[in-house]
Amino acid sequence: MTDETILQVKGLRTYFNTDDGVVKAVDGVDFSLRKGETLGIVGESGSGKSVTNLSIMNLIPNPPGKIMGGEVIYHDTDLLKLSDKGIRAIRGNKISMIFQDPMTSLNPFLRISNQMIETIVLHQKLSKSEARAKAIEMLVLAGIPAAEKRIDQYPHQFSGGMRQRVMIAMALSCDPEILIADEPTSALDVTIQAQILDLMKELTSRLGTAVIIITHSLGVVAGMCDTICVMYAGRIVERGSVDIIFEKPMHPYTRGLIKSVPRLDRKNGARLYSIQGQPPNVIDLPDCCPFFPRCEHAMDICKTKYPLVHDDGNEHRVACWLYGREGK
Amino acid sequence: MARFIVRRFLSLIPTLFIIITLSFIIIRVAPGGPFSSEKNIPEAIMNNILKKYHMDEPFLQQYLRYMGDVLHGDLGPSYRYVDHDVNFLISHALPVSMLLGTISMLVAVILGILVGIVSSLRQNSWVDYTAMSVAVIGISIPLFVIGPVIMWFFAMRLQWLPTSGWIDSRRGWVTIIMPVITLSFTYFAYIARLSRASILEVLRSDYIRTARAKGLKQSTVVVKHVLKGALLPVVSYLGPAFAGILTGSVVVEQVFLVPGVGRIFIQAALNRDYTLIMGEVIVYSLILVVLNFAVDIIYGFLDPRISYK
Ligand SMILES: Nc1ncnc2c1ncn2[C@@H]1O[C@H](COP(=O)(O)OP(=O)(O)OP(=O)(O)O)[C@@H](O)[C@H]1O
Ligand SMILES: [Mg+2]
Repeated sequence: MTDETILQVKGLRTYFNTDDGVVKAVDGVDFSLRKGETLGIVGESGSGKSVTNLSIMNLIPNPPGKIMGGEVIYHDTDLLKLSDKGIRAIRGNKISMIFQDPMTSLNPFLRISNQMIETIVLHQKLSKSEARAKAIEMLVLAGIPAAEKRIDQYPHQFSGGMRQRVMIAMALSCDPEILIADEPTSALDVTIQAQILDLMKELTSRLGTAVIIITHSLGVVAGMCDTICVMYAGRIVERGSVDIIFEKPMHPYTRGLIKSVPRLDRKNGARLYSIQGQPPNVIDLPDCCPFFPRCEHAMDICKTKYPLVHDDGNEHRVACWLYGREGK
Repeated sequence: MARFIVRRFLSLIPTLFIIITLSFIIIRVAPGGPFSSEKNIPEAIMNNILKKYHMDEPFLQQYLRYMGDVLHGDLGPSYRYVDHDVNFLISHALPVSMLLGTISMLVAVILGILVGIVSSLRQNSWVDYTAMSVAVIGISIPLFVIGPVIMWFFAMRLQWLPTSGWIDSRRGWVTIIMPVITLSFTYFAYIARLSRASILEVLRSDYIRTARAKGLKQSTVVVKHVLKGALLPVVSYLGPAFAGILTGSVVVEQVFLVPGVGRIFIQAALNRDYTLIMGEVIVYSLILVVLNFAVDIIYGFLDPRISYK
């Protein structure tokens, strides 16, 4: 990890038109990613984690979705301003993605070889046979036994864990600068989860790939990430290095998340903490802190104005009125 | 795979056997007989006639005799067209019906899929709305209504096409147009709707998102990743579509006076021409069973997830 920033998301807003109204799935997200950094995005279901990352790749289904504003600066280009051809040259090449459900993320009708080779040939000046060799090499790196034989099989001939390995091999086959992993292990069983995470960690650190990993699990974040972004109702409410966030969480929501992780060193019989209340409805949110109905520290101002971002130095930022009104 | 094909093929034989046997029984159980409308035939002559066609024998013996003939490829004499046997009548009419059926099927499938693709890729555009409105008409109006309506419009009002008849040296191929439109319309409509819905569903699937995230062009995504999966339901529908085209052709041939097996079938049924009816049933079921067999095999080749053990 160096200090060179490769990706900067600024004021990203992505809305969906639905029958019930406009869903403000992402409503002003800022963060940046440095070369080789591993960034974790946590937050409860519906907080906009996936939409944020699909927006980076300009993959939001339109209709119903639309990127309403903001910038996604990759090196010096704004990805949101690129032509279709321009963004396609980035996807799968400079920035690639893997998804939550490996059972459905590969095309069931095409052989693995076909799906991997098409990506490699698309982005690199390689012949089909060179691409095939490259694909096999990646599968071996991803820990697929007998890769030379298995590359010609269909996805249904692989287990879930193996398919996620194939996805990782495919995503890294063009040596991308950024890998976005959207809950890469949520659909797998626990023993496999750890293996897949280890594999990702090992491969990306070997290749120097920066990673954005979306997860529900603070355990995953603690084990893999350099930095954490906590999302709530379409915004990032707290961002900081892993050490700082676990040691000194500032936002009441982050504190709740950390407290609700089951821990072995806690006394037997102690009840597991859970954050009370329901996740907010992101349709027609008024200008307030969306967490206030569930917050133990809610004050009057929380109900009338979204908090200014407080930066305590150390690159630890939080959007909460508890930390003064001095702004950033 | 080869074993599956052989086994599936062998299973056609009992199916056909059952169809033939049941038809044989049902036809004889139905009231009336081939000679019952000829009034006032002296008893002696009638007996001679029955004897000539072995209809004086016990039922089981008639059945066994008939099955034996069929196994030798002989569908017997027609009870009504005294100069012709059933083989002759059917073999002359079958090419006509085959041509009509094949062209109708091709039109329905090719046009249906094309319209399905365009509609789904331009979802909610005027093209989509127009196509789907036409499809609803095709599905909801039966072909015995569609046939006369287009006949009235194209042949009588516009006088563009001859009202009826079949390809001959004088009129050329124009006579085939209205029968094909009538026969294929319903199935075109079904296939267009089916492929549209199925393409839309696949477009939303995870693996298409993966394909896009890899940087593939929209056209590559559609042609390579969407169509194969999306057209499987259409392939499954081909079986019922074949059956529908087959039965539909009976009506269409009657409406447009096409000299195919369908017209013969209606005549044969009205005349209680036992052997001719049986011959038609055999030909129809043979076609249907073989086509369904072909569909199964094609499906197996298209979907790698199906394993044959
Ligand atoms: N295609 C869509 N149409 C309508 N609304 C959508 C669509 N995709 C996402 N949304 C809405 O956007 C909001 C954020 O969704 P998103 O998928 O980003 O959540 P998430 O944080 O990834 O949740 P999860 O942890 O469940 O994956 C949700 O309220 C969701 O209903
Ligand atoms: Mg998600």
